[in-house]
Amino acid sequence: MKKTRPWLLWTLPVISGALFVALWYGAKGVFNVSDWILPTPGEVAVAAWREHERLLRAAGNTMLGALAGFLLAGTLGFATALVLGVSRSLRAGLYPWLLVLQMTPVIVLTPIIVLWAGPGLPGIITVTWLISYFPIVANMTQGLLSTDMNHVALFRMANATRLQEMWLLRVPSAMPYYLAGLRIAATLAPIGAIFGEYMVGNSAGGSGGLGFLVYVYNTRIQIPALFATALTSCLLGFIFVAAVSLLNWVVLHQWHDSYERDDH
Amino acid sequence: MGLTESIVQFDAVRKRYGSGPLVLDGINLTVTPGDFLTMIGPSGCGKSTVLKLVAGLNPASEGTLKVLGTTPKQARDRQAFIFQDATLLPWHTAQGNTELPLRLRGVPAATRRAQAGAMLALVGLDKVAGYFPRQLSGGMKMRVSIARALTLEPQLLLLDEPFGALDEMTRNRLNEELLTIRERSRFTAMFVTHSVSEAVFLSNRILVMAANPGRLHAEVKVDFAYPRRPDLRERPEFQAKVTEVSRLLYAVEDPGP
Repeated sequence: MKKTRPWLLWTLPVISGALFVALWYGAKGVFNVSDWILPTPGEVAVAAWREHERLLRAAGNTMLGALAGFLLAGTLGFATALVLGVSRSLRAGLYPWLLVLQMTPVIVLTPIIVLWAGPGLPGIITVTWLISYFPIVANMTQGLLSTDMNHVALFRMANATRLQEMWLLRVPSAMPYYLAGLRIAATLAPIGAIFGEYMVGNSAGGSGGLGFLVYVYNTRIQIPALFATALTSCLLGFIFVAAVSLLNWVVLHQWHDSYERDDH
Repeated sequence: MGLTESIVQFDAVRKRYGSGPLVLDGINLTVTPGDFLTMIGPSGCGKSTVLKLVAGLNPASEGTLKVLGTTPKQARDRQAFIFQDATLLPWHTAQGNTELPLRLRGVPAATRRAQAGAMLALVGLDKVAGYFPRQLSGGMKMRVSIARALTLEPQLLLLDEPFGALDEMTRNRLNEELLTIRERSRFTAMFVTHSVSEAVFLSNRILVMAANPGRLHAEVKVDFAYPRRPDLRERPEFQAKVTEVSRLLYAVEDPGP
């Protein structure tokens, strides 16, 4: 890959962002769009400032649900993949049902979730878990089955036990796959939490999350505030992805080829 | 010679995978202590399969095979396998990779650190013990692989084209190092290669194999005394051996279209 100059890495997004804002203003002027359909970026900024306390509190609440659901998906996904990776018959018996779970639209399950887990945070966590669980299972299982056959032969030659083969060989070599799964889950978890709040309802002591704010602003026709909520949701997603990227770096940077330096 | 004195004993061994064609047919072979036996032959002659049978990675279909006086699987803890590529675990350093067989056997950390460190020093890599495989050259990786195989002090070392991917300079140097290490470690070796000069330089016995099905075609004894020095390669009797083996090899190669 060709080396990108470091200063371009932050100036280019700023330039394209500025162009986008200019285009936004331009489109509004040219097509004469009314403010309640498309507010100006300025109005969105003002709304964001005026509502920033509510937005931040809501973002914090959403973060709680998203993080709990994500961690649940991360640990359960890991454990499920271990089970699926151990035996062919377990894999054959269970994988189709995991697919069924994934294929069922969450929106259909939501009333059932509310019924079982209850409204509020438990329901939101369940929805988040449901949305971000499968990519982790699928990736990690694939990773556990993709172990280099020569490495397996090496372990067999050394009379390694199945447990040693799993923990010292298959799990470490599946780490890049697991982290890829986590990365997908990281983009899904905030979406899951916001969707959960919108569908399942109020949470966290009545103050509500971003999904609840969407409902509130929409019914009050506070369109600039709605845009500001969208931006805040984006921010939340970025925090999640950044955290997983950091984890990815910590686990892989020393040995994995994806961190091969350009100047090598 | 009795069975107990042989390191490896093949008696009328045949091998096929599943219901496929015969890969090996009528293999009778005795490897005695101290042998450096090299198998050479066209692709598909089953030379790698011979090693896998000895290692117990695959079972023989017919005939009997004894390794170190017992079954291949039970002899595993006294033999080691060096693969075509170095098969290092990328998430471990050179040190960690060399320690692996000891770790799998439950050797305490302090002991295995010392033993693996000594092995790395033997192959001249003590200075890069903390490097990860991706930071090492192909030749260095293969040295780590050799060090790892030797940490358990195997009686029998199986090498499946270990130097095939290296440039000729590095390959020659590693050939010399392998013989130097053998002066100290005294293992018996079974070696697979495509290089005639490598076979002649390393071995006291060369088996030329033929394909379809894989079988032993001829055996060539190489009587140059050990330790062998690099200048052996320039001597006329060395060249004569290379020619002899090359002719045998030429005879079993497919004539082609």
